[in-house]
Amino acid sequence: MKFRGLIFANLFRKKLRLILTIGSFAVALVLFTFLAVVKSAFSRGTEIAGEDRLVVVSRIGLMQLMPISHRDKILAIPGVKAVTHNHWFGGVYQDEKNFFPQFVIDPENQRQVMTELVVPDDQWNNFVKDRMGAIAGARTAARFHWKIGDRIPIKTTLYGGGSSEFNLDGIYHSERPGGDESQFWLQWKYFDENAPAPVKSTAGWYVVKLNSPDDAVRVAKAIDEKFANSAFETKSETESAFAAYFAKQFGNIELLILTIGGVVFFTLLLVTGNTMAISVRERVGELAVLKAIGFSGRAVLFFVLAESIIIAFVGGVLGLTLAYLLIPVIGIALTGLLPPLILSKTLLTLGLGFALLVGVVSGLLPGIGAMRMRVVNALRRV
Amino acid sequence: MAIPIIYNIRSVKARWTSTIVAVAGIAGTVGVFIAMLSLARGFRATLVSSGSADNALITRAGATSEMTSGVSIDSVKIIQDAPGIARGPEGPLLTQEAVLMAPIPLRSTGTDANVELRGVSPNVLAIRSNIQIKEGRMFRPGLSELIVGKNANTTYSGLTLGSTIGLGSVRWQVVGVFDAGGSAFDSEVWGDAHLLNGAYKRPDTLSQSVTVHLTSPAALQQLKDSLTSDPRLNVDVTREIDYYAKQSTRMTTLITTLGGFVAAIMAIGAVFGALNTMYSAVAERGREIATMRALGFGAAAVVLSFSIEALLISFIGGGIGCLAVLPLNGLTTSTMNFQTFSNLAFAFKITPELLVKGIVFALVMGLIGGLLPAVRAARLPVATALREL
Repeated sequence: MKFRGLIFANLFRKKLRLILTIGSFAVALVLFTFLAVVKSAFSRGTEIAGEDRLVVVSRIGLMQLMPISHRDKILAIPGVKAVTHNHWFGGVYQDEKNFFPQFVIDPENQRQVMTELVVPDDQWNNFVKDRMGAIAGARTAARFHWKIGDRIPIKTTLYGGGSSEFNLDGIYHSERPGGDESQFWLQWKYFDENAPAPVKSTAGWYVVKLNSPDDAVRVAKAIDEKFANSAFETKSETESAFAAYFAKQFGNIELLILTIGGVVFFTLLLVTGNTMAISVRERVGELAVLKAIGFSGRAVLFFVLAESIIIAFVGGVLGLTLAYLLIPVIGIALTGLLPPLILSKTLLTLGLGFALLVGVVSGLLPGIGAMRMRVVNALRRV
Repeated sequence: MAIPIIYNIRSVKARWTSTIVAVAGIAGTVGVFIAMLSLARGFRATLVSSGSADNALITRAGATSEMTSGVSIDSVKIIQDAPGIARGPEGPLLTQEAVLMAPIPLRSTGTDANVELRGVSPNVLAIRSNIQIKEGRMFRPGLSELIVGKNANTTYSGLTLGSTIGLGSVRWQVVGVFDAGGSAFDSEVWGDAHLLNGAYKRPDTLSQSVTVHLTSPAALQQLKDSLTSDPRLNVDVTREIDYYAKQSTRMTTLITTLGGFVAAIMAIGAVFGALNTMYSAVAERGREIATMRALGFGAAAVVLSFSIEALLISFIGGGIGCLAVLPLNGLTTSTMNFQTFSNLAFAFKITPELLVKGIVFALVMGLIGGLLPAVRAARLPVATALREL
């Protein structure tokens, strides 16, 4: 391009300011991506929930147990494909800081219901045969460097207290991107044999697989009606509604982080835009000279815009690259506290779009001024 | 010889537009820094203040929270005779508690949140002496009556004084509101443990935890030794305050990590802002600086002077940041505690110590942003700078 030399000469006129402006852009972009990623992590549950699944909990509260006999009754309802039941185990691996969710699962039905959580067949068969068997999610296994065959000691109040060692028979992966790979599965049979009387033959919650997602409302109603007025009433909802119930309760924290971050992000961008506008204003005299020697108003606008867009683009790309490198690091620091932080392509595109938008706006305002100015007035100014 | 500080104050005033940019950057960073820390502190303080140093919590050995614990009635009978437990007119100061969770709609959104429902012994107020009935009265043992914490009272619908609410298989009347001094109990609902167990079809022979009042904070060790060495028991004894401190760790870590990261990124941005401002200040004042050097001020004096100017800007920024977040102090918000799954109301807690930390943070940013430009100012060759237009 003919004017490349001119644009670059202007860009590098004050190298330090160029570096700092690009740096501020990069910082704003890192912040933007980070906040967006955290936000999506908070609401992850709702995004990855199966559409064709219901979660059935006790109507009187989350931690209330239901008799195992509910299982067959739910299975008899038309539209239900499979039912599995879970318990919250709540043990501790080494230290309470090493939290990961531990579920007591029903090996007979787990794979029919949680179809996207895949375990290789040979590993699964070993697990089914092993009363002290366990299967860990890939993320948890990687976190503690477990490999198949390891014995995992879990401190628990059950099984006579103290510590129980489980054999890691398998590792599951989620076929759905962003799925929960942090769970730790234990055998229902062993749990039930050793559970104290009030817990025996109960389930913490049921997960129901439907023939079709369209049946969700009808089946949920049918289940709740079936147990209405019984000693153990139920509350059935779609998996995503259930996840949303949890996500909503974090509500305020998420909102606070996002408002604070959002305000800061826009301030940063405004400040950066302002700096760029100032650097154009300083050069009004030069731009007037350009016009005086015959460049059109549009050409002048183009020079100014090109400069600010280049800065925005370089700053944006730099920021996104930094975010791309930093987010996994911060993700490790948050293991066990938040679902994995995932930086999606959409987010990267959006971030770059934002940066370019600010570049255009902050170049446009002084640029239009430069285009419209009267050469005589501008030259008279010192 | 040092350059008078009045010079810096005047030059900050003269260049107020670029100063504002730097001040805003630093103020924002300090504001976020303090807000995040005060959030984490408030959360922790709420839980820690729930515990008392002269109470001990007895749970099943290995239980991480009351939710996973269980203490049988036979164990309670052994526990109540143990040494170190204070005694009142009606026997040992001991409350057997059942902890349950009930979905109750939030006033703000109308959606259900998990409220911690605590079944207590009727003498509980003698054990948790920092809790007072604010309105109404204590529940009567054996009647389906509830008392609610002051935050629960205002956060959830249907928990006002005099209203009735169905929990489990029983309808309960709210007869009192208690003030637990901003602790986690303020988000709870309390009733007679026997009746709550009945309403939720739980065996009345098993309570989740036992809290005892100690004769003195030092009596904990005595009680611990006696209970843990008893072969009939399988329990953990924790000072109440330690138990609640532990319950706050995960949320506090989450807030501090997230907040720390955001503040760190912003600090870099603010330093860039300060650098930009100070470099342009130096660039614009080439002649001024050269004149001062020509008058006989040394390079060190110039560095010092510009550093002071940067510190001045960052101090103003830090001060504004502190003032801006001050209204947050005491503001109540709520979230779900990871460790109990129940909803907990807590308040931002901005302490003088946090404000000082914020100002120090601002000064550090100012110093980093001001030092390099100050050195450049001192290095300007006097003769060329004086000749500049």
